[in-house]
Amino acid sequence: MADAAIHIALTARPDDPGLRDYWRLLKPRLMSLSIFTAVVGLLVAPGEMHPFLAATSILWIAVGAGASGALNMWFDADIDRVMKRTRSRPIPAGRVAPGDALALGLFLSVVSVTMLGLTANWVAAAWLGFTIFFYAVIYSMWLKRTTSWNTAIGGLAGAFPPMIGWAAATGGTPLEAWLLVALIFMWTPPHFWALALFVKLDYHNARIPMLTVTHGRTETRRQTWLWALGLAAVSIFAATTAVGGPLALAVVIGLNAVFLHLAWDIHRRTDIDSEADGHRAEKALFKWSLFYLFVHFSVFVVEAALPFGGW
Amino acid sequence: MRVEHELHYRRRGRNFGVLFVLLAFIAIVFGVTMVKVETGGLSEGFDHVLRPALIPTDEVSE
Repeated sequence: MADAAIHIALTARPDDPGLRDYWRLLKPRLMSLSIFTAVVGLLVAPGEMHPFLAATSILWIAVGAGASGALNMWFDADIDRVMKRTRSRPIPAGRVAPGDALALGLFLSVVSVTMLGLTANWVAAAWLGFTIFFYAVIYSMWLKRTTSWNTAIGGLAGAFPPMIGWAAATGGTPLEAWLLVALIFMWTPPHFWALALFVKLDYHNARIPMLTVTHGRTETRRQTWLWALGLAAVSIFAATTAVGGPLALAVVIGLNAVFLHLAWDIHRRTDIDSEADGHRAEKALFKWSLFYLFVHFSVFVVEAALPFGGW
Repeated sequence: MRVEHELHYRRRGRNFGVLFVLLAFIAIVFGVTMVKVETGGLSEGFDHVLRPALIPTDEVSE
């Protein structure tokens, strides 16, 4: 009898979760953004850090980002089951048990924060811990389901890695580190709203109060333009501080000019115009926003690396 | 002859993955330790100095 029960327990799940399923729980695409921005924060910060410690610190920041992704997937499994885009994620697809995702998220949170503290310093570790808490609890568990500003709030959680990278290198978080945070914070809403305007996201099925649903698409177009203005202000100001320089300022002005032009296009269009040309402007802003962030952060690294860089 | 259970085949990839992660973790901790020791980052002030609080009072008075 007992043997039969054990046999059933061993064979009842023909599709055991593989490593790939656990890897997907960590949201690798979000992790790659965190890695990129954390590397930039670490490289542009003043001060020296041993290359091995720098690389290892980035690894723990990435693991922390992955941990918050797993916690998010655990809590959002009910939403993920409803939406087409997320239905194939490991928990709604039934490949990973919710409890396993929670355990993985909590375990990796503790490991990443502790190891970052031991590898770099406890200021960086504390900010990593706060970021995981902010994304998993403040954003995922609370504000994502209650306010239409969830995109901006979620963006803030994704904005911290460059500051953590900076703190890992220096032990502090000066104005320049916060400007890198502000840059990603201001960038996220127009980036995401441009996508929401041309992809039919079924957030309303999942009862998530996205701006396109709660305030309408016209208001989303207006907000995209307003946030693009705010982004340009933060971006140009950042280029005039210690992380910038003449080259960065020139590049940043060009990047923002195109961004503002595309956001203005979106603002003055209607959904009928958008449907007529296959969402040309919305798709263009979405693509440009990806290029924008990559080049913007890269030019700060170039300024830091050039012997004649900086102000 | 010992027949291996089908479960072991099924989970082989995952188990090797966990092994790799654990070995990588050990290598990283070892590497960080070596770097910290070489650069002196591991030394806390109180690790390598005599702390007066630990010296018996009669020794101090002598």
